[in-house]
Order: sequence, then C-alpha cells, then structure tokens
Amino acid sequence: MNLTLKIWRQAGPRHRGELKTYKVKDISPDMSFLEMLDVLNEQLNARGEEPIAFDSDCREGICGMCGLMISGEAHGPEKTTTCQLHMRSFTDGEVITIEPWRANAFPVIKDLVVDRGAFDRIIQAGGYVSVNTGAAPDAHATPVPKPNADRAFVAAECIGCGACVAACPNASAMLFMGAKVTHLSELPQGQPERAARVVSMVEQHDEEGFGGCTNVGACSQACPKGIPQDVISTLNKDLRAALRG
Amino acid sequence: MTSSRSATTARRSTIGLKILMAGTGIVFVAYVLLHMYGNLKALAGEEAFNTYAEHLRTIGEPMLPYGGLLWVIRVVLLLSLVGHAYAAFSLWSRAGNARRTKYAAVKTAMRTAWMRWGGVFLLLFVVWHLLQFTILKFSVNPDRQGVNVQQNPYELVVASFQVPWNTLIYVLAMLALALHLSHGTFSAQQTLGWTMTSHAYRRAKMVGHAVAAVIVVGFLIPPLSILFGLIK
Ligand code: HEM
Ligand code: SF4
Ligand code: FES
Repeated sequence: MNLTLKIWRQAGPRHRGELKTYKVKDISPDMSFLEMLDVLNEQLNARGEEPIAFDSDCREGICGMCGLMISGEAHGPEKTTTCQLHMRSFTDGEVITIEPWRANAFPVIKDLVVDRGAFDRIIQAGGYVSVNTGAAPDAHATPVPKPNADRAFVAAECIGCGACVAACPNASAMLFMGAKVTHLSELPQGQPERAARVVSMVEQHDEEGFGGCTNVGACSQACPKGIPQDVISTLNKDLRAALRG
Repeated sequence: MTSSRSATTARRSTIGLKILMAGTGIVFVAYVLLHMYGNLKALAGEEAFNTYAEHLRTIGEPMLPYGGLLWVIRVVLLLSLVGHAYAAFSLWSRAGNARRTKYAAVKTAMRTAWMRWGGVFLLLFVVWHLLQFTILKFSVNPDRQGVNVQQNPYELVVASFQVPWNTLIYVLAMLALALHLSHGTFSAQQTLGWTMTSHAYRRAKMVGHAVAAVIVVGFLIPPLSILFGLIK
C-alpha cells in the first residue's frame, strides 16, 4: 500500500504546530497503524530528520497510551485502539490526517503526544476506595449480586485512553468519569464514599477545564472498550443524590 | 477524598448546571403540552376557545384572585427561562473554551449546534409570540383590525394565521421546537439519571421522539387549518 500522511508536527508545548505531508510506500495491509508509523520514523531517521513523537506502550489494546485522531475519528475507523488498528482498514493511495487529541485539559507535549495527567488527577480526587491494607479478605466475604458485578466489570473496562474526550464536541470527560464512578457505585465497597467521591471527581473534572456533557453520545461511539452511555446517567444520578445533602 | 465537600460545590458544577437545564426544560415540556391542548380548542369553535381562555383566569377562584394561577404560571415560566438560558450559555462558553485548538479533520457535531442555535431562535420566537398574543395583542392582518379583534382571543388567532408569512414563522418555530425537544426530552432523562440501563436509555430516546412528534402535529393543526380556510 502507498499512502499520503498529513501529520501534526509540533516541537514542544509552547511551539506552534502544523500539518506536514509525508509519503510511505509498500506498507503491508497486515501492519498495525503504529508499525506503519514506525516504518515512517525509520525513513525519517535515515534521512536525518526528527522522527514523529507518538505514544504507545502495551501495543495490545489494554494500556490506553496510543490514542490518535485519524482522519477525524478517534483511534481511526475501527472500534479498537490505534495499536490494534490494521492498515487493511485503509485503501491504497488514501490520504490520512493524523492529529493529537484536542482538549485544553490534554496539552500537546510534542507532535502527537498529549499529557493526560488530568485523568490521573480526577482519579486522585476520589476514584478509589479508602481501605486499610492487610490480608486479602475471603472472596465470598462481601457478596455482590451478579447484575451489579457484571455492570461494574463493563465500566471497569475503561483504559483511560481519552478517546471520549477527543471525540466529544464539548471536550467533556463524562464518559471516563462515568465509567470510574459506576465501577465503584455498583459494588458494596464503593458505598461509604459514594457521595463524597462523585462531588470531588466532578469538581476536579471542571477545574481541569473539560466541558459539560450534551448527551450526544459521540464518546461511546469512539470508545475502544464500548463503554455505554448509561454510565453517565449513573454519574449524574450520584451527583444529584450528593446535591440533596 | 474528604467528605466535607459540600452540596454547594455540586450545584455549581457542570452537572449541576445540566440538572438545572433539565429541570427547567421539563417545566417547559409540561407547559408546552398544556398550551397545545388549549390551542386545539380552536377546532371546537369560538365559544369553546374563548371559554377556555376565560377559565384559565378564573381557575382557583375564590382561593386565588382573578388571573391568579395564570400569574403563578408566568412567574414559574420566566424563572425557568432565566435558569435554562443561564445554564445553556454558561455551558456553551465552557465548551468553547475546552478545545481552543480545533481539529483539521473532525466534522462539527450537528446536534449540539442545533440545540444551541435552535434554542436562541426559540428565544427570539417566544418574544415575538408573546408580543403578538399577550403583551401588545396586535393583528398582522390588514383586513382584520380594531379592538374587537384585539380583545377577542379567537378572533386574534384567526386573523393572525390567515397571514401566510406569520404562519410560516410559526411553522419554522415548531420545527425548531421539535428538534430541540426530541433531543432535549431524552437528554433531560439522561441528565436526571433515569437511564441507567440500555433499555431505559432506548426508551428515553423514544419518549423524546414521541414528544416532538405530538408537539409539531398538535401545534400546527390550528394555524394550518386557519391558513387553508378550514377555520374562519
Ligand atoms: C433561551 C432559549 C433557549 C436556549 C439558549 C436553549 C438551549 C438549550 C441547550 C444548550 C440545551 C442542552 C442541550 C443538550 O444537553 O444537549 C437545552 C436543553 C433543553 N431545552 Fe432548551 N433552550 C432554550 C429554550 C427552550 C425552550 C423554549 C424550551 C421548551 C419549550 C426548551 C426545552 C429544553 C429541554 C426540555 C431541554 C433538555 C434539558 C437537558 O438537556 O437535560 N428550551 N436547551
Ligand atoms: S471511557 Fe472509553 S474512550 Fe474514554 S477513556 Fe475510557 S476507554 Fe477510553
Ligand atoms: S499501546 Fe496500549 S492500548 Fe494501544
């Protein structure tokens, strides 16, 4: 496959960036999207040019590091992470635009790399259960009804990749936050801190500069883990419960 | 996480504003459905329509003064409008600031734009509508003028909708309202946390579409019947 790539190049956080055009030749359809970028970087290295900075870690769809906006779609045309996206999803001769996640709360560090520290700070604000460490309790010590356990599992699949924010017209992080809140609100261990948790997390979310939700669902469509919209409903309900006192 | 975070923080948050928008939005939906019912009385003729308009003013007497309930409704609607618009504009500007560098290749989200610009159009429409039928009570029909038209609700309605350009404004406004409410009615349910299963989520979407359909059809029957001479 031969492709034309328009890639966002930005030397550093405070530099101006722009889209630059590159050509790659003889790309195998079985390569992953990141491998295709690796090939381009080898060419750039050989020519003595600065390689394109992009994030990745596990390359197996579980760490959430590799998010890219590919021709206007977060993680590209398939419902998966960029590292699990293959070049067979594109056509020979295609022009592909590659941009970093765009949100003020996710500042660009270099080229396609953004700082998703805002997500960590939202988790630090309350996305955990305070417990004393000690021996692990027996698995059946706290029974959890099957439907609640299932829903907690679905929500816990969120890998914090940020595609929801990237795809949202308001750059809102409600899907991410909804997943984290629902995960804990469905479980008995999450109950004691339920109200305080949601208030702190939402406050941190707003402080980071994310937008509000308009319930259009662009986030769930972009989410590689298929986190559903109803987690946002749970988030809203928990906040409303906290609001009553 | 400290448990001392108060309800005040929650109220001022993005979700707090959305809850305000949803609550006031539901007030509008309820009012709009009632209003539509009243308008449909025009089909039953002048007497039914004017009696209904009079009843709105005498309802609750003698506990309430003449027109008392109407004033309660007006105050509630006005406060709701202020709250709704305040929340909408705050969240709109927040969203604008949340992504200052735009994408080169992402299409704009139509539904969000429709809610915002459609909402502004509805606000302008509400002003026009109130001037026409409540505050100034003026007739845009050159053939039907005078106090007899202005002081008779039925006459004023018939006179106004015999004028094609005025009816067109109402047709456009009702289409805008339908778009606003098909998303808004669903969105309010999601914002209030009534859609915690995928089943409830789909149901909420259906309720949104149903409310929108009922409202366009119900509101447009009287004006179009008048325009086409079925009601004179
Ligand atoms: C001042 C003019 C108005 C503006 C600027 C406005 C704007 C908005 C916006 C931005 C939303 C949020 C949309 C979303 O969450 O996706 C909304 C929601 C809504 N609007 Fe309006 N609107 C206006 C007037 C009205 C009127 C006249 C009605 C009804 C007759 C109405 C009914 C609703 C309802 C039911 C909702 C759902 C609340 C929610 O999103 O949770 N709005 N409006
Ligand atoms: S909700 Fe989905 S899109 Fe958002 S961070 Fe989690 S996995 Fe990524
Ligand atoms: S690199 Fe880990 S999810 Fe893609």
